[in-house]
Amino acid sequence: MSAIIERAVDVAVIGGGPGGIGAAIKAREAGAKNVVLLERSEELGGMLPQCIHNGFGLHYFQAELSGPAYIHCLMQKLAQTDVDVMTQTMAIKLDGASITALTAQKLLRIKAKAVILAMGCRERSRGNIRIPGDRPAGVFTAGTAQRLINVEGYIPGRKVVILGSGDIGMIMARRLTLEGAEVVCLVELLPFIGGLIRNEVQCLRDFNIPVYTGHTVTRIIGRNRVEKILIAQVDQHGRPLPDTEKEFEADTLLLSVGLIPENELSTMAGVKLNPLTGGPVVDDLWQTGVPGIFAGGNVVHVHDLADYVTESSEMAAVNAVKYLNGQLKPARNIVVRAGRNIRYVVPNTIVSSQQPVSFFLRVSWPLKDATVRIGGLASKKYAFVRPSEQIRIDIPAKKMAELPDEIIVSCDGEEEVARC
Amino acid sequence: MLNQKEEVICLQCPLACRIIVETDRNKQIVSIANNQCARGVTYAEEEIVNPLRVLATTVRIHSRDQLHPLLPVITNGPIPKGLLQAAMLVLAETEVEAPVKYGDVVYANILDTGVDVVATMEVL
Repeated sequence: MSAIIERAVDVAVIGGGPGGIGAAIKAREAGAKNVVLLERSEELGGMLPQCIHNGFGLHYFQAELSGPAYIHCLMQKLAQTDVDVMTQTMAIKLDGASITALTAQKLLRIKAKAVILAMGCRERSRGNIRIPGDRPAGVFTAGTAQRLINVEGYIPGRKVVILGSGDIGMIMARRLTLEGAEVVCLVELLPFIGGLIRNEVQCLRDFNIPVYTGHTVTRIIGRNRVEKILIAQVDQHGRPLPDTEKEFEADTLLLSVGLIPENELSTMAGVKLNPLTGGPVVDDLWQTGVPGIFAGGNVVHVHDLADYVTESSEMAAVNAVKYLNGQLKPARNIVVRAGRNIRYVVPNTIVSSQQPVSFFLRVSWPLKDATVRIGGLASKKYAFVRPSEQIRIDIPAKKMAELPDEIIVSCDGEEEVARC
Repeated sequence: MLNQKEEVICLQCPLACRIIVETDRNKQIVSIANNQCARGVTYAEEEIVNPLRVLATTVRIHSRDQLHPLLPVITNGPIPKGLLQAAMLVLAETEVEAPVKYGDVVYANILDTGVDVVATMEVL
């Protein structure tokens, strides 16, 4: 029997998390006859099965669900379709709309009319940020620790320092404390907490976890296992200040220092990436620079909620189906740029005409009494804008009719925290 | 003894007012300041007098395939914040057998709060 399987499909979705599952369901609903969903793990769900806390589904299902529950509800919808779900199937090559994947010791070659990238992110590692010191056991990314505790049933350590105040770092501070570990401290490079305020309250304050903002980890010490973690205050460029070092006894260091969209397949296929997001450059139809390759969810940019990941992937799916029906007619190419105080904005180009467009952006610094401007199209006021809270601005179709060649998105306001 | 001042960050809206609550030696609320609306007053009072939290954790589950040694569970309502650790200890001793359906009660009326602990995943 041949070890190579050839298949032809209408739509192939790469990645079976909250984005990919939503995209596959939507592609089928939108009329694609033959939809395949590729997932490298044994189970669908992406990161959500390990996110046992609630807060998912408030928008998508109008319910407050845990991560596993959100996926359960999505999978009930999936079960009512005939989407071909292939787990333990890893795409290893993408070439235009041709996918090579490994599955059950066979090689799978899929020719798809349209591809939806939904691979999500990986976590930034110790190597990426080059923390000096020894290389003992006991250094984990926060997401790995979350999987160990919530899915595998292991406690990664007993005396833990956490670097990074993004949501996953704060949530792990709570989880570890509840499971009987001691969280020695949480260290954050910037002068403000990176995640949601709700987590600052319910994960850090509730458990009296010492927090050191404006600090970073300068050294890991330990022979076979982490023994000590050194931290120091930093200057406005993030460089450790001399004589500010503090030493903590610990057996574990968790890293919550950023998510990197996983785009090896995308670059293989010639998709250009946006250095500000780490994800593909996309237009307002969620198509990448390669015709027929669409992208949604965290592989494009990191979203605040799984609900938005599902929604954005659904938008990509709707357009992917229009593409294979020959209904996508790019009419123009208007460039969208991130201006003053904007860390990034997507989409990066507007190609449709006479359609409403949703802009998603993050500011680069916390500001109060702020105004966000989408070129001359829209201007919105906010009491507070924070990098951890993504902003969405929808522009109706009639305003998208006549546009200049370039739209600059900017934000002005008063600094909530002094910029360093 | 001087009155104590505590900061409560209100989570009711994006303003996230840092409300200052003053309590006397009997832990009675003397004053509430720095809120920008009335909802903040109620919120701050509740946070001081009887803070409640939803608890999410896992319990051991025995299933044939052993793919999932743990079942994620959550309280189906908030319980007093002061009972979280005790609830964790109770649930650490709790083991269930598969099959378990999404929403099944794994532990009823935990610590006499009237709140049940339910499964948030299906294990067959």
